[in-house]
Amino acid sequence: MELSTKTVDPVLIVSVNEDRIDAAVAIEFKDAMRAETLDEPKIVVLDLSTVNFIDSSGLGAIVASMKHMGQDRTLALAGLTPTVDKVFRLTRMDTVFSLFATLEGALEALCNPPA
Amino acid sequence: MSSQPVSFCVTFSVTSGVFAARKALAKLLDGLAPLQLDSEDADSIKMVLAEVLNNIVEHGYPNPQEPGPIGVQCTLVGDGLDIALTDTGEPMPNGEPPIGNAPNTNVQFADLPEGGFGWFLIKMFAQNITYKRTGSINTLAFHLPIRVKISA
Repeated sequence: MELSTKTVDPVLIVSVNEDRIDAAVAIEFKDAMRAETLDEPKIVVLDLSTVNFIDSSGLGAIVASMKHMGQDRTLALAGLTPTVDKVFRLTRMDTVFSLFATLEGALEALCNPPA
Repeated sequence: MSSQPVSFCVTFSVTSGVFAARKALAKLLDGLAPLQLDSEDADSIKMVLAEVLNNIVEHGYPNPQEPGPIGVQCTLVGDGLDIALTDTGEPMPNGEPPIGNAPNTNVQFADLPEGGFGWFLIKMFAQNITYKRTGSINTLAFHLPIRVKISA
């Protein structure tokens, strides 16, 4: 699974270049996320804007990625498409992650935190 | 031209494997295209079927070296779809579907759930879920309410 990254200090943006995160790619995704977040950026925004579908395996892989980063770092999710957003809300995972409708919105909030 | 009740049924089979759920989901949605599902209903079908199919692939046929068939039958009834999935894999533990409790998010960071979402999602949408084992065949059947718009 191809992930691409970009740094907008102090945020690492990880973009998923696939239209689904499902059981077929969940382990690959988890491994790729682990590799991309190895050098310990404090804040990672996962850009899901190309992802049209996620299943429970994909959801679990995102939770696992956050847990692997550790509690003192932040994994925020941005650009959730309607179906993906629905899966997060139905499973209550919207209470576990910071969700942002757009990548721009996420960067705005995370790069300029209120004093 | 009077509209008669239309018998509408999509039936196919795929072989278990890493991409089986994707393939079956695509086939089913393709077959249901004449129903012109709205996005809400399409989402429910995708969410439920993905989980049910994943379960068969992961637990029914746990050995990738020994794949088997997964049959899908989807029939349009008055207020939704009657869906039945058959496979010849392992029986369900305890002979019945899991309860599918809501994932518990009110836990320590390290204990956040990485699984257990599947049956919760299935039971959120699927009704009248039945499972039976007949000989070596598993059949999981359920009803999925949708807003039917088919015209004869």
